[in-house]
Amino acid sequence: MTFKSAAARLAAIAVCIGLAAPVLAQGDELQEAQQLLKQGQTDRAMERVEQYLKSRPKDARGRFLRGILLTEQNKPAEAIRVFTELTQEYPELPEPYNNLAVLYASQGQYDKARSSLEMAIRTHPSYATAHENLGDIYAKMASQAYDKALQLDKNNQAAQTKLNLIKDLFTGAPRPPKVAVAKAEIPKPPAAAAKPAPTATPAPAAPAPAAAAKPAVAAKEPVKEPAKEPAKEPAKAAAPAGSGDSDAVLKTVEAWAAAWSANDVSGYLAHYAPGFRTPDGEPRAAWENERRARIAKPRKIEVRVEGAKVSFSDSNRATVTFRQHYHSNTFKASASKTLVMIRSGKQWLIQEENVGG
Amino acid sequence: MTRPLIACTLAAAIAAAALTPSSTTLALGNRPLSSATGGLLGSPGGSSALNAPEALLAQTLIAIAGAQFDIALAEIDKVLNQHPNFRLAHLVKGDLLMARARPISGIGAAPGAPADRIADLREEARARLVRHQQERPVNRVPSNLLQLTPDQKHVFVVDASKYTLYVFENDNGTPRYVADYYATIGRNGIEKLREGDKKTPLGVYHVTGNLPREQLTRTYGSLSELYGDGAFPINYPNEWDRRRGRTGHGIWLHGVPFDTYSRPPQASDGCVALTNEDLLAISRRVQVGVTPVIIAQGVDWVDADAAKSTRESLQRSLDEWRRDWESRDTERYLRHYSREFSSGKQDLAAWSQQKRSVNAGKSWIKVGIDGVSMFLYPGNDNLAVVTFSQDYASSNISNKMRKRQYWQRENGHWRIVHEGAA
Repeated sequence: MTFKSAAARLAAIAVCIGLAAPVLAQGDELQEAQQLLKQGQTDRAMERVEQYLKSRPKDARGRFLRGILLTEQNKPAEAIRVFTELTQEYPELPEPYNNLAVLYASQGQYDKARSSLEMAIRTHPSYATAHENLGDIYAKMASQAYDKALQLDKNNQAAQTKLNLIKDLFTGAPRPPKVAVAKAEIPKPPAAAAKPAPTATPAPAAPAPAAAAKPAVAAKEPVKEPAKEPAKEPAKAAAPAGSGDSDAVLKTVEAWAAAWSANDVSGYLAHYAPGFRTPDGEPRAAWENERRARIAKPRKIEVRVEGAKVSFSDSNRATVTFRQHYHSNTFKASASKTLVMIRSGKQWLIQEENVGG
Repeated sequence: MTRPLIACTLAAAIAAAALTPSSTTLALGNRPLSSATGGLLGSPGGSSALNAPEALLAQTLIAIAGAQFDIALAEIDKVLNQHPNFRLAHLVKGDLLMARARPISGIGAAPGAPADRIADLREEARARLVRHQQERPVNRVPSNLLQLTPDQKHVFVVDASKYTLYVFENDNGTPRYVADYYATIGRNGIEKLREGDKKTPLGVYHVTGNLPREQLTRTYGSLSELYGDGAFPINYPNEWDRRRGRTGHGIWLHGVPFDTYSRPPQASDGCVALTNEDLLAISRRVQVGVTPVIIAQGVDWVDADAAKSTRESLQRSLDEWRRDWESRDTERYLRHYSREFSSGKQDLAAWSQQKRSVNAGKSWIKVGIDGVSMFLYPGNDNLAVVTFSQDYASSNISNKMRKRQYWQRENGHWRIVHEGAA
C-alpha cells in the first residue's frame, strides 16, 4: 500500500518536529537519547528516556521524546496515549496535537487527525506545520470521499493515477522536513541567540525556550500569521549585512525560481550548494535525479515567489522565507518556503530548503 | 489563505447550476434544462419528506452556493449517515474537503478521476437540484391522464426530461399527486427504437409482472443484483411500438445495485431505475396487469378538469362505435376505422372484409363496454390509448375480453388505428 509509506513519512516528520524545540537545552540523558535516536538506535534512546523519566515522571520534554520513540518503534497505540496525555496536561502546546494527528492519520483515522490539528491550530494559529498537515488530511479525506463517489476499482489505471496525484500532495516532493522550528527562527530578532545550527539537525534553530515545556509560546510572538500574505516589501534584515547582500540573495531566489519555471534543470541545480542538505538525507545524486525528473517533466511550470523576507545570521548565511506558488499543467500548490543560503564567493547558494516557516 | 477563492469558484459553479437552471453552465456540463412547464401549482419541495436525502443534498449544494461551507459539510454528513452509498454525496463531500486543501474549480474536483464518472455524478447533481427546486404538481395532472378505471388505484408517469417518476392516486376518477422520485433512464436517452440501443421508450405501458428480490435471485442468480430490491416489467414493445417496427424487450422499472444509493440520470440499458427505497415505496402501489406506466419526454401539466372535453369526445366516439357495431350496419361500423388501421395481422381492407362476412351471419349483436381507461400518447396529442372490458354477445357467439384500441384524431374525428386484445 502506498498509503502506508505516506503515513510512515508523516510520522518521521513528526519526529523532526518534536525533536527540534523541546529537546535542545536538555539534561544529558535527554540529549543523549536524542543523539541516539538520530543515529537510529531507538531502543537505546528509549532506555535513556525512561531513565530520565524515572526521576521526573511528569517532565513534558521527556514524555514528548518518549512519544516520538514509541512512534519510531511502531507502537502507535502507546504513542497516542503519551501524546494524548500531553495534550490534556499542556493544552497550549501545538506539537503533541500535531503528532497525535500524524499518528491518527497513519491509522487512517482522518476525522480524529483533523480535530487534533484543528486543536493545534487553535492553540497556535500560525503553526505552519499543522496548517500543512491539515491540508494534507483534507486532501486525504477528500480522496477517500472521491473513492467512494467514483467506486474506483483499485486495478483501474485511472484510479491509480488519481491516488498517486493525491499522494503527491501528501508526501509532496519539495516538502520534506516540515520543520516546525524553522519559522521560529526566522523573524527572531538577534537578541535571542538564534543559532541556526545548520549542519547537525534540520534547522533546530529555535532557541529552546526557558520554560521548555512551552516551546509553542516562544514561537507564537514572532510569527505573525505566516499563512497570510507576507509584506510585499522584502524586509531588510536587522542582522549585520549590507542591503546589497539582501538584494543579492533575493535576486538569487528569483533566478532560482526562473530556472525552475523554465524547466532549466541545470540552471536550477546550479543554485544549490555542494553541501546542500537533501530533504531526506538521501544521496545528492538521487535527489538530483528526482528533481530533474520533476522539473523537466511538466509541460508548463510556473514558480512564483511572493513576499520574500531575508534575514542574516551572519554575513555569509541568510534565511529567506517566502510564499511559493507552484503551478504546472498537472499540479498546483502554494506553500511557505524557507531557504537557508550561504555565500560562496560572489554568489549565494541554497544550503537548505524547507517547506514551512 | 485560499479558501475565499474556493468559495467563489465552487459556489459559482453551483449557483450557476442551481439558481439559474435555464442557463447552461460549464461546471455541470451544458445540457440545457427544459424550463419548468407553465406554472405548476403547489409548494416547492413538497415531497422532500419522501426524498429526505435528496433534499439534504440540495440544501448542501445551496449552502455551498451561499459560501456556507461548514454548514454544507454538516449537511452532507447527515446525508451520508443515512445513505452511506450515496456516491454523489461522497463526491460533494470530497469537494468540500478538497477545497480546504487547495483551490478547486467546481463539482467533482477529484484529480485524475475518470471523466465519464465525474460527468455522470455532475449530471445527477444537476438533475437532483432541478428536481428539488421544482414545484410539486399539487392539483395538476399530466394531460395524458384522460381517464382511469375504478380499479386502477395508481398511475405512474415518468418524465424522462426531469429524471422523475410521479405517482398519482386515483381519487374517484381524479388523479391526485402522491409523490415523485428521482429516476434513472437509458444511457442513450429516450425514444427507444431497437434492441440494444440503450434508450428508454416513450409511450403508454402497463406493469405486466412483479419480480421481488427473491424471485430475481431464483431466476437470474447473482446477475440480478443490478435490479436491487425488485423489478416490475412493463409491456414494451406495445402495440404501437410494434406497429412502428420497434424492437427490444425487457424494459422494467427496477431498483439499483446494493452498493449504491442511486445511479446517474442516464445509466440504464433502457429501464427506469429508482433507488431501492423508492422502488419499495412504489411497489406497494403496483397492481400487476393494471397499473399504467406512462413514459414521456416532458409533461404537459393541466388542471384536473382540462381533460374533460377530450375525454368526452373520445367517449362519444367509443359509444357510437359500440352502437354501430350492434346495429349490424357494417359500413356505419367501419367508418370508425382509419385508413391507416391495422390489427397487427389485418389491414383495413382485410378487416372490413372479415367484419362484413361475420356480421352478415348474425341476427343480433350486443356489446357491453365497461372499465374504460384513456390516455393520450406521449408526444402525440392526436393519439389516445383506450382500454376496456368488452362483453360481446350475438346470435351465434359470445365472449368477454379486455380490449385495447388506439384512436387517432383525423380532421377532428377520432378513428381507430389499432384494435386488439389487451
